[in-house]
Amino acid sequence: MVDVQHYLVVSAALFCLGVIGVMFRRNLIVILMSLELMLNAVNLSFVAISRYLGSIEGQIFVLFVMVVAAAEVAVGLAIAVAIFRQKGTINVNEINIMKW
Amino acid sequence: MIQIPEVDLSGILPAIILSAAGVVTMVAGLFIKNRAATIGGIISAAAVLLAFAANAPLRAINKVGFVSMVTLDGYTWFFNLLILFALGMTILTSLRYLSDEGMDLYEYFVLLMFAGTGMMFMVSGNHLLTIFIGLETLSISVYVLTGVLSKSSKSSEAALKYLILGAFSSGLFLYGAALLYGASGSLGLPGLAKYFQSGSFSLMGVVGMGLLLVGFAFKVAAVPFHMWTPDVYEGAPSPITGFMSVGVKAAAFAAFVRVFFESLNALQVNWTNILWILAVLTMVLGNLAALIQDNIKRMLAYSSIAHAGYILIGMIAGSPDGVSGILYYLLAYTFTNLGAFGIVTLVGRKGEANVYLDDYRGLSRTHPALAVAMAIFLFSLAGIPPTAGFVGKFTIFSAAIKAGYIWLVIIGVLTSAASVFYYFRVVMKMYMESPDREPERLRFSPSMSLALVISVVIVLYIGIFPTTYLNLASESVRTLF
Repeated sequence: MVDVQHYLVVSAALFCLGVIGVMFRRNLIVILMSLELMLNAVNLSFVAISRYLGSIEGQIFVLFVMVVAAAEVAVGLAIAVAIFRQKGTINVNEINIMKW
Repeated sequence: MIQIPEVDLSGILPAIILSAAGVVTMVAGLFIKNRAATIGGIISAAAVLLAFAANAPLRAINKVGFVSMVTLDGYTWFFNLLILFALGMTILTSLRYLSDEGMDLYEYFVLLMFAGTGMMFMVSGNHLLTIFIGLETLSISVYVLTGVLSKSSKSSEAALKYLILGAFSSGLFLYGAALLYGASGSLGLPGLAKYFQSGSFSLMGVVGMGLLLVGFAFKVAAVPFHMWTPDVYEGAPSPITGFMSVGVKAAAFAAFVRVFFESLNALQVNWTNILWILAVLTMVLGNLAALIQDNIKRMLAYSSIAHAGYILIGMIAGSPDGVSGILYYLLAYTFTNLGAFGIVTLVGRKGEANVYLDDYRGLSRTHPALAVAMAIFLFSLAGIPPTAGFVGKFTIFSAAIKAGYIWLVIIGVLTSAASVFYYFRVVMKMYMESPDREPERLRFSPSMSLALVISVVIVLYIGIFPTTYLNLASESVRTLF
């Protein structure tokens, strides 16, 4: 029997993987993917809870989150392209003109 | 038969006007060959004036609209007003900036209008979904505006850092919302309030509150969630930095206060303790780091972090006095900081070549009026009477003392005394030192001068006669308590 707790545990694990990815990966594209993973982990929680509670609110929220995630990643990739044109790299360790 | 709910657009009319202006500018820009940015600016400015008129009726009403997705009350009215002021002043300072940089970008104003729309939904949100969508509309527009200087590598870098940390904090905010939903079965603020008031809430709800708090702390730039602020403020175009430091901060604080006072009030003991630590860290670190900056935009970024700390004190006080203090403080801070960034834009000249403290040497000799205006803004930021900044700090600190947070106020006063040092360093450079080379003349424009004059007059006026505005602020927070 798979109940709501299992979904929530998977979602928490995915969210943590996303957070770790954002913190420790150095490639910009991978960081954007990790951000998406975080948002999708949240979506999983929302859908599972929505199903469990029998309320539609959570599923509507998920649709909005997906739209926002798409908009965000579009802007993110555009900025990545702009940076690649200027510097020829998308390694975030080398994107550091401003410090302290 | 589907029941169609009653739709009353009048409540969100200001936001509709702004987004319509954004769309009109976007389409019109395609057909205009020359000076599209100027025309975009004029359309936006007209929309801001219209929205002021449309916003006026909100003051007197107190109701929820759109199946209780938005609240329309005095609090919304007050923050809409702040947002419109911030937008209007940013448009005035941006026109000269864009023409100086040789950028004929009408998109700039489109994004500004959409950011304003997002802010309005964020401050009026009565449901975590409305607040989230408002937050993202605002954030995505501002990410692009930060990176709008396509030739400057600083600008792109700032946009990148802002996007990654902004999206990260949205993720935390959302996860918090999901956990609150799981615990309480509701995403609306009244539903959450009912759940927490019942007294039997689960750990899941408390963790959700914590994540929500971290998400908001990122947006208002409270230490230790402030890492993005200095870099983003330094790299963004100066008028946008001014807009971010007041508009985004005001909208984020508005939603922060509404969510935490309206729906998480039962957990006040828990979040007050967390905010206490955040406020102390924010004030101390913000002010100390500002001491060693030599770039004025970066210095003002750290100062804006420190100001978030003072505003948090108002939240910790938790009384109607504290929250109305926040509103007054944000009003004062809006004009002060927009004025200061207006001068930073003006002195920066083409390509933002003059953004170091040393570039302000001898400003009193070449441009005495400008130096006086800058000095007034810096006094207001430092909290010296008779400026608006003093009254703001005074109301927040006195509310905190009444609520019994003596130590917090002592730390606040000490750090604000330390802040006088770095604000006065700029004043010293303007009045006591002379530049080593003759600087290029500054090029004024009518819109820029208008923005600066408005800021100076209002900073002094609401500092000398604060009563009306303090009453206005306390009237506006009445619906929260």
